Amino acid sequence: MERKIRVLVAKPGLDGHDRGAKVVASALRDAGMEVVYTGLHQTPEMIVEAAIQEDVDVVGLSILSGAHMVLFPKIMKLLKEQGAGDKLVVGGGIIPEDDIQELNKAGVTKVFTPGTTTTEIVEYIKTEMASRA
Amino acid sequence: MAIPREELLKRFAGGQRAALSKIITLVENHATSFPDVLDELYPRTGKAYRIGVTGPPGAGKSTLVSSLVQTIRTKEKTVGVIAVDPSSPFTGGALLGDRIRMQDIGTDPGVFVRSMATRGSLGGLAEAAGDVADVMDAFGKDVVITETVGVGQCELDIAEACYTTVVVIVPESGDAVQAMKAGLMEIADILVINKSDREGAEQIARQTRAMFELRDERNGWDPPVILTVAFKGDGIPELYEHIEKHRQFLAESGLLERHRQSNVEATIKAIVEGDLHSKTWNEATLGRLESLVGDVMVGKVTPRQASGVILKMIEGRQEGG
Amino acid sequence: MGNDGKAKKAWKDEFLKSCSKYESANASGRKIEALYDPSDVASLDYERDLGYPGEYPFTRGVYSSMHRGRVWTMRQFSGYGSASDSNKRYHFLLDRGQTGLSVAFDMPTIMGYDSDHERSEGEVGMCGVAIDSLEDMETLFDGIPLDKVSTSMTINAPAAMLLAFYICVGEKQGVSSDRLRGTIQNDILKEYIAQKSWIFPPEPSMRIITDILTFSSDHVPRWNTISISGYHIREAGSTAAQELAFTLADGFAYVEAGIAAGLDVDTFAPRLSFFFNSHLDFFEEIAKYRAARRIWARHMKEKYGARKKESLLVRFHTQTAGCTLTAQQPENNIMRTAYQALAAAIGGTQSLHTNSMDETLALPSEKAVQIALRTQQVLAHETGVTNTIDPLAGSYYVENLTNQLEADAEEYFRKIEDLGGVTKAIDMGFFQKEISDAAYGYQKAIEQKTRIVVGVNEYVIDDEQIDIDLLRIDPEVEKEQCKVLTRLRSRRDNAAAQAALDELGKAARGTDNLMPRIVECSRRYCTLGEMIGVLKAVFGVYKEPIVY
Repeated sequence: MERKIRVLVAKPGLDGHDRGAKVVASALRDAGMEVVYTGLHQTPEMIVEAAIQEDVDVVGLSILSGAHMVLFPKIMKLLKEQGAGDKLVVGGGIIPEDDIQELNKAGVTKVFTPGTTTTEIVEYIKTEMASRA
Repeated sequence: MAIPREELLKRFAGGQRAALSKIITLVENHATSFPDVLDELYPRTGKAYRIGVTGPPGAGKSTLVSSLVQTIRTKEKTVGVIAVDPSSPFTGGALLGDRIRMQDIGTDPGVFVRSMATRGSLGGLAEAAGDVADVMDAFGKDVVITETVGVGQCELDIAEACYTTVVVIVPESGDAVQAMKAGLMEIADILVINKSDREGAEQIARQTRAMFELRDERNGWDPPVILTVAFKGDGIPELYEHIEKHRQFLAESGLLERHRQSNVEATIKAIVEGDLHSKTWNEATLGRLESLVGDVMVGKVTPRQASGVILKMIEGRQEGG
Repeated sequence: MGNDGKAKKAWKDEFLKSCSKYESANASGRKIEALYDPSDVASLDYERDLGYPGEYPFTRGVYSSMHRGRVWTMRQFSGYGSASDSNKRYHFLLDRGQTGLSVAFDMPTIMGYDSDHERSEGEVGMCGVAIDSLEDMETLFDGIPLDKVSTSMTINAPAAMLLAFYICVGEKQGVSSDRLRGTIQNDILKEYIAQKSWIFPPEPSMRIITDILTFSSDHVPRWNTISISGYHIREAGSTAAQELAFTLADGFAYVEAGIAAGLDVDTFAPRLSFFFNSHLDFFEEIAKYRAARRIWARHMKEKYGARKKESLLVRFHTQTAGCTLTAQQPENNIMRTAYQALAAAIGGTQSLHTNSMDETLALPSEKAVQIALRTQQVLAHETGVTNTIDPLAGSYYVENLTNQLEADAEEYFRKIEDLGGVTKAIDMGFFQKEISDAAYGYQKAIEQKTRIVVGVNEYVIDDEQIDIDLLRIDPEVEKEQCKVLTRLRSRRDNAAAQAALDELGKAARGTDNLMPRIVECSRRYCTLGEMIGVLKAVFGVYKEPIVY
């Protein structure tokens, strides 16, 4: 059977802006991926646990509250501690360029800012997954 | 990146959740890298009690499962949850959202929740879900709950393969009728009327109770009708009590054993049929099929004659092999 | 229309010779024709459907003199970091001619967590100001006389507490509560529908709201108790018609709740105000504001039996659409915002926030905020837009659009009623699904380039370097805020604070109005998180339904 790409779309932090997360989740589904959506207001612990239980290939984090510099690195740290550091982690939201560089260093391989098309996101994930297979 | 099989089994035996998760993936994908993984684990299965939860969309199944798991956890039992949602028939993708309603159990180390897409598998879905349940069973989960949307035959099969099948509906008029039409009532060992703080709950309860009384008793079990408000936890301890009662009933009447037997039978059949299916269609037979379709279209042969040609090919291959 | 019809057909034939696109879809997916003529507004009756400004059904405006009499209030939504950081920003804005304040709170405040709660980590002061207790509120309004400004607070689930803090600051300044002017958003229904910053389930949330309505009509009579908001519904991806319909449906639900709580509709309806988005489709937005006024007036009068004129009015604040701003070539956002502001002005808004160009990148910098405010000032003072009231009335196109939007809204009201009302429809995920479907459709249109977004899918600059100074929130704010809280908890009279919290819990379990207890808690320097905690224990918390 064809290997399905499994993606966790999660909303860490306290903000409720889920438009982007839901649009992306729908687009990934339409691109043939299996998308586990966690819902809002997730703690890093909840996200990491979900990523492990669902054995996803990709973790997509969406945040617009500005807490990314605390929450994203915490998620990366927990993933590594739980032996799940091999997952592709991407982020999206209102995130300034300087922060993106910091997050890249922490292991969030790609950060998508407002105006990114879902096609770009789908392509990015497919390419990354293909190169890892 | 792939973990060697011995190491993976060691971690699984050691209770590592990541290993459980990886093995579920292998099983779900029928991974060729580790085809006999289930054989390795099979001797360790048979201990978990299996509960199926099904019902129409919007009945609050995920919330009910979350609440039920919390009750089960107070009895010091560990739980595995399999939440099945449909894949899109067009793209093969799926949006799996049951975790949204299961946040209260999301980080409990005694609970493992796995979302599963139907992947349009040819009637093999019940077996696939059963395989995942086997893996959770082998991992040592005391209870495995499988949640499906009660809309198609496949989904009903999954629920029925469990020992106790809980059907969930809401008081809204028409829901009970729909459930009946979908064949849900026939498979219910326990009927739950969720969101029972809404108007009409008592009435639906009376109606469904009367309906159960009218029908032939299923081997001596009269399905109870339970009112719940899942998000508040109301009625959930009662639900669990009735699940326990049903479990006792099955054990004492010998039906549990029979249930297991028929599951084993179904599993063997499914594996055989699956294998036959994949052995049937290869490059040669598919190529022949294409030309035969052309032949049928121009009236050279009939579909039955065409299939005879292909069956001969397969038989010839088997004899030759 | 015999001859007219023929003439139009002749024109249309000519048109089609040179252009095949007679119809096109606007930003809401609405089919727009290339031309409108008298036949498109044939049913329009001036007296019945438009009337004069300040006259029923208020289509042309809620006041007789509108912007001639007084230009809209320029109210820039702002707040970040600590209370003293934001206090400085408020003084900056007031010095530059802003005429009202609008407070943005950080996420922990919005969700009812204190700054030292574990869920607040990384969030304190980030997208608004952190307010934990009356102490912070005193700092926030330091040097700002509350009898001289009107203050809008974007706060919903904990609206009662923030209003209580404000009342207490007034007490300290010697301004009695009946002289306070301002708004709390307090629109919990749209939180479940779109903005998703909820705490309690709908039922207790509605009880808190009716408690606020009752308390305010006695003690804070000039306060706008609910700002019924379409803004967030639109930002979440809805169409113009959905924004209009869902917002007004929410409004009617509050009116029904107030009436069910035993209030006379005319005691609280005059204090309801509205908050709309101004999106990109210029004419549809103007039609939306006009339709909103007419629908509300009609329903309030005919269905809910309101007799006071003030009960019939859609007084509204407008914010330009944040979701239309792009991270690419951010300076272009200045133009987008200017057009949106023009639509709001022509649409007869009572107050306006214009977005800053850098909001897709971070919180707005001082420079960007100044440009945004200047955009409004140029509009008000240089363009002549304030010279005449409702200038597009009588336009075949705009009147037709107004009628269409009204019809669309009525259709949605019927659907919502069929589902059993607003809260039932929320529970079923009706609004959420409508909105996410529209959002996905909008995004697909951009990706398929049936919608052009300048700088995003057309006129793109490769390897663009963004040259804008961003405002950064110092992580020290969080540490400092936690210290302030620790100090507060050690200095205040803890026995008195606990006693006030116990009283609040008692009232929550019973049916007494919660507001006087919340004000007492605030006076005793109970924190926001403590008060919310007491209520969570009684009311429970809301869980999101699965919708996609």
